[in-house]
Amino acid sequence: MSDAPIIELQDVRKSFGPVSVLQGIDFRAYPGKVTALVGDNGAGKSTLIKGLAGVQPYDSGTVMFDGERVELQSPRDAARLGIEVVYQDLALCDNLDIVQNMFLGREEMSHGTLDEGVMEKDASDALRSLSVRTMTSVRQKVASLSGGQRQTVAIARAVLKKARVVILDEPTAALGVAQTAQVLSLVERLAHQGVAVIIISHNLQDVFEVADYVAPLYLGHLVAEVPIAETSYDDVVGYITGSKTYAGAETSA
Amino acid sequence: MTDTQTTASGPDAVLIASGVEGGVRDQVRAWWDRVRGGEMGALPASAGIVVLTVLFTFLSPFFLTERNFANLLTQAATLVMLAMALTFVLLLGEIDLSAGVTSGMTMALFVVLDNVFAVAWPIALLAAFGAGLATGLFIGFFVARVGIPSFVVTLGLFLGFQGLALTIIGDGGLYRLQVREILAIQNSNMPVWGGWLMLVVILGVVAATSVLDRRRRTRAGVPNRTVTLVWVKLAVVLVVGGAVVAVLSQNRSASPAAIVAGVPVVVPIVLTILWLGTFLLDRTRFGRYVYSVGGNAEAARRAGINVRMIRWSGFVLCSTLAVVSGLLSISKVGSVDAAAGREIVLSGVAAAVVGGVSLFGGRGRLLHAAVGALVIAIITNGLGLLNLPAGVNFMVTGSVLVLAATVDAVSRSRASGTVRRN
Repeated sequence: MSDAPIIELQDVRKSFGPVSVLQGIDFRAYPGKVTALVGDNGAGKSTLIKGLAGVQPYDSGTVMFDGERVELQSPRDAARLGIEVVYQDLALCDNLDIVQNMFLGREEMSHGTLDEGVMEKDASDALRSLSVRTMTSVRQKVASLSGGQRQTVAIARAVLKKARVVILDEPTAALGVAQTAQVLSLVERLAHQGVAVIIISHNLQDVFEVADYVAPLYLGHLVAEVPIAETSYDDVVGYITGSKTYAGAETSA
Repeated sequence: MTDTQTTASGPDAVLIASGVEGGVRDQVRAWWDRVRGGEMGALPASAGIVVLTVLFTFLSPFFLTERNFANLLTQAATLVMLAMALTFVLLLGEIDLSAGVTSGMTMALFVVLDNVFAVAWPIALLAAFGAGLATGLFIGFFVARVGIPSFVVTLGLFLGFQGLALTIIGDGGLYRLQVREILAIQNSNMPVWGGWLMLVVILGVVAATSVLDRRRRTRAGVPNRTVTLVWVKLAVVLVVGGAVVAVLSQNRSASPAAIVAGVPVVVPIVLTILWLGTFLLDRTRFGRYVYSVGGNAEAARRAGINVRMIRWSGFVLCSTLAVVSGLLSISKVGSVDAAAGREIVLSGVAAAVVGGVSLFGGRGRLLHAAVGALVIAIITNGLGLLNLPAGVNFMVTGSVLVLAATVDAVSRSRASGTVRRN
């Protein structure tokens, strides 16, 4: 862990009524690295992410961004810091084309009208920077794209915003083998650009293929945050199911 | 993270196209691919106009005359206007069943204020537009704010406004429009040179926007479509527009004593509103957001778009343009009664759908709605010339609507089977 973390959560907590979903989480994400957040249903992955996105602020705890304490009270706070979330249900408009989707909500204007030329240029550049080659035209309607291509558009949208932290919620859940490989290599290229990538996944195979760190959650606790090279598939399964604690991992490592 | 990164300048860079590359033939092929992919736009409706024109020309000697052509345009104007008004809410995936009675009620208000209360007509007109605007705000409040489906809200208004018009006008009452300026819209023509001037202005606007768009793309460093397409577009406008203006420039008077010639005044009015509305939808943030809300409201919300405000504005635009449609109607008919606008709204929705505007939101253009309205106006006009009973008109229009929806659905389902590729 050579670099300083771009995001550091210290003892964040969140409860819904009597149910405490996050029970004091410490979590870090590093620029240029992929951190996988894994855990069973109800472990608190989504709640942790929603706090980072500003959608559902944490009850207590500290969020450090670039070493400074920040407040994440609304999606706007998160966007201002450069935190982008790519949700599982991609939230793209089928009736708009790729460029229009990538710029939705922050269109380039000139003389009060949409500047399609500049938007098309920037969108193409963003896709190129991710070495995307699976699309025939940036003016294709999103309706005609495959699941992997849609995921690509959603990720490129985050790149376009010069995001510093990109959170991917189950990016490969609905994809076939070839498309999963595409998206995973996209995730790697995103990290190569210096972006801190946080990926939520149920698929440990994907996690071991793409992640630098793995952070298993178990019933509202972060069991560990370990470099992927220093742990094993079985250990991670153990952390997720609660049959192993982090100390156990160190002995096995 | 073991693979090496591909650089942006690598051979992959050229593989994402703009879709504008190649010559005319490539562009035509790309367009045809889009059509086969289900983006048919106004193509079926345009084909419908051609078929219907040929059909009625055979069936009635009067159909393809200068006089009937001018008459057809003025008859169609009300429906064209209403279909365009409805497009703003249809694009949002909403509906306004009260658009017709809004036009009727506001016109009742206008004419009664002018006739009975002797209010100066521009002020009465302002009051009518104010009432239209208020109607849109009212619908928008209940749909966007309270969260009631627009079908229900506007159905309620559909009933309520009939009552309001009845109250304003009185049972069985009918008021004549006495404002010459408003009557002139549908009953007078521009001088012959005015029609040609209009054509020149249209050509100028088309050429200027094409040139400006191309310049903008060049400045941004993205390729342009081949310039031949601009010439083709201008040629089409010149030929079609020139033919229309030429026909309307002929004397079409029924009596040899008088000369009636020139483009009806309503034509440039409708074209101007069509252009302004298209500009709004195609070239402004607002327009983009209308399409995005209609396509996926949740995506729009996450992109930071004020979905509620966009919905609200759509209803305001629809109701306000419905007032314009009402004006064209009373200008043509010359009077207003308590039932004004009751029946036309469903024809308006049908017109938009026939033209290719989706009822599910997000797809369609004002021009499509206008073309669809022309189809329905031609059916009404042609069947009227054949002296067929009114019942036939409804049945034919209904069949055309279902046919148009079927063509749309079939092309779409075929498209989803073939176009998806990885």
